[in-house]
Amino acid sequence: MLLWYFGHMPTTYAETWFPVLIQILIALAVASAMIGLSALLGRHVRDPIKFMPYESGMNPVGNARERFSVKFYLVAMVFILFDIEAIFLYPWAVVYRQLRLFAFFEMLLFIVLVLCGFFYIWKKGVLDWSSDEQRRQQREAEIRRAA
Amino acid sequence: MLPPVPLSWYLVLSVILFALGVAGFLYRKSVITVFMSIELMLNAVNLSFVSFSYELKRVDGHIYSFFVMVVAAAEAAVGLAIILTVFKNRGTLQIDEVDSMKL
Amino acid sequence: MFGNFQPASVEYLRFLPEILLSAFGIIIMMLEAVSKGKRTYLGVIALIGIAAAFAANAWAYFNGGPAFQNMILIDGYGAFFRGLVLVVGFLCILAAFSYLEREHAQTGEYYALILFSLVGQCILSTSTDLIMVFIGLEISSIATYILAGFLRDDTRNNESALKYFLLGSFATAFLLYGIAWIYGLTGSTNLEEIRRGLTQGTQPLVLIGLAAALLFVGFAFKVSVAPFQVWTPDVYQGAAAPVTAFLSAGPKAAAFAIFFRVFLTSFRPFSDRWLPLVWGCALATMIIGNFAALLQTNIKRLLGYSSIAHAGYVMIAFTAASQIGTAAAMFYLASYALMNIGAFAIISHIAGRNERHVKLEDLAGLGRREPVISALLAVFVFSLIGVPLTGGFFGKFYVFQAALNSHLVWLTVLGLINSAIAAYYYLKILLAVYMQEPATIAQESLPAPAPSLLVAIWASAIGTLFLGIFPSAVLSFASLSAAPFR
Repeated sequence: MLLWYFGHMPTTYAETWFPVLIQILIALAVASAMIGLSALLGRHVRDPIKFMPYESGMNPVGNARERFSVKFYLVAMVFILFDIEAIFLYPWAVVYRQLRLFAFFEMLLFIVLVLCGFFYIWKKGVLDWSSDEQRRQQREAEIRRAA
Repeated sequence: MLPPVPLSWYLVLSVILFALGVAGFLYRKSVITVFMSIELMLNAVNLSFVSFSYELKRVDGHIYSFFVMVVAAAEAAVGLAIILTVFKNRGTLQIDEVDSMKL
Repeated sequence: MFGNFQPASVEYLRFLPEILLSAFGIIIMMLEAVSKGKRTYLGVIALIGIAAAFAANAWAYFNGGPAFQNMILIDGYGAFFRGLVLVVGFLCILAAFSYLEREHAQTGEYYALILFSLVGQCILSTSTDLIMVFIGLEISSIATYILAGFLRDDTRNNESALKYFLLGSFATAFLLYGIAWIYGLTGSTNLEEIRRGLTQGTQPLVLIGLAAALLFVGFAFKVSVAPFQVWTPDVYQGAAAPVTAFLSAGPKAAAFAIFFRVFLTSFRPFSDRWLPLVWGCALATMIIGNFAALLQTNIKRLLGYSSIAHAGYVMIAFTAASQIGTAAAMFYLASYALMNIGAFAIISHIAGRNERHVKLEDLAGLGRREPVISALLAVFVFSLIGVPLTGGFFGKFYVFQAALNSHLVWLTVLGLINSAIAAYYYLKILLAVYMQEPATIAQESLPAPAPSLLVAIWASAIGTLFLGIFPSAVLSFASLSAAPFR
């Protein structure tokens, strides 16, 4: 079958994607063989230690579903926004040679507008990761160290 | 040489994605999932924009999909902020429970 | 290849209102970020910005024409709606000063968001390209999503914003998918080119219909036309009163503007196919709005349903699909915007701190406590009913006249019946104000309305009466500008 396949250039979809099908089949076979064989041949130990999340001996502490500070969400959101704005640079770069100075100033204006947004979030304290309380504690610690 | 993937395949895929988005919007109960369904619909739109643009041998469809992406990001930022305030005040994100206004 | 790409300076000038609004909005955001203490002056800056944009709009009208490769077109129609939304924004900022002060939410973001939203609505009013429609709609919508939830610690505001956001973006996705299919079918997003592309008749009619239907759904959501009106009462009830005033006037007028423009330009050749649908929507919208409003006890919710009903009357004008129909819709939207802003401004005053008094029975005895405010409220309510000498009367009159001209006898009759039913719940408001005694004796006395709020209310009242007494000034302009939509 493989000889037939490599004998000529693929002409239809079925022929082109045939290797992918083979790969899927092999992957399925290997995966099911590994799971199936270990289930058939392996020794089954069922005691509490075996069922602990970390067999290495680390005791899991606390709830895994920990809440994160809203600050992280804000930073992520701001990152996505500024990241996505950069998408307009790609078509701009493509036509820049033809449009020259006009395109340059248009993009300059765009960047300035984005920077306005940046200035706003900066002044609003979105970029401050530590709260006022933390900053106060830090300063006190520094003073204590200095004394 | 391989024949190109016909336009209709992309369009069918985009229709399926869009329909999945609509179904998710209508049947899901978590606000976040509903929101994700909307994003799925927008991605279906992008797919059809790009494939139409490729078929028409024009570049504007690609640019439109950029606009859609940027607007979707802005919408996501606003939407998640709204969802966050709702969660802060109500402690729940189930659609049915955020429904206090009636007759 | 790109030789003609660089816009001429006159094109920038035609786009000047949007540029001015954006610039003022950004300046307000910058100042908000650095200023400490009172923020009232930011509102004044916003008012100046809107006034400047209004002047620029007038200039643009006299130097009208297309701009930016036919992306936008400044004609009388666009300039009319641009002026209308600017007036709406101006009044809503005036009405908000004392409200924001009372709720301790006096921040520059409110004013900046109104300006940004106005940018979107101005783009919507003038755009002749579906991509501009999408961008304008989103600029307008995203700003109003935030406005709907502006008091972020208020659970009603939260809920309002969440519903508005989810359903609004759902509608946008439909609209966009429609745009994508139209683009694929005709290879263009320009409204005129779409019309040309569609009349050549090489595309399957089913797909054209499907794309048009997707666009229709998107627009119908935005203008809250049945069966896509479900979000309206909740959002209007939950949002802060000045914001509700804005939502029910500005975005709605702009969305109707582009709704008319798209369907009466691009899909005009197929109008006999989609007009029956509009007919049904108009009827369903009126009936649902009016009958649901009969049952309401919350004034904001009542006006929310009434706003649905009014959208139904505008849809009648749409069904007429003629020059005078479009002109009637323009007149109607202008008068509706004024009377609704006035009514909501009064509600924002009598609602009191944290909007506690928004029930119908809270209005009891208002006629004795505040005779002037009550009289003004009566003007707005009469206009909403459509009593002569008010803008609402001529709005309805022209709409029904246009419908009769297009031989829509049944729709006219049903519309008239509907407006008779509507009179019942509007009169309930007046009954509470003038006839009922307050249930609780110790009803707290409201502080006197702030001068800025009074200016907003008086301006809306004078505007409403002006439209009712001298309608021809506005109507002749409207019918002149509606000429492209024959």
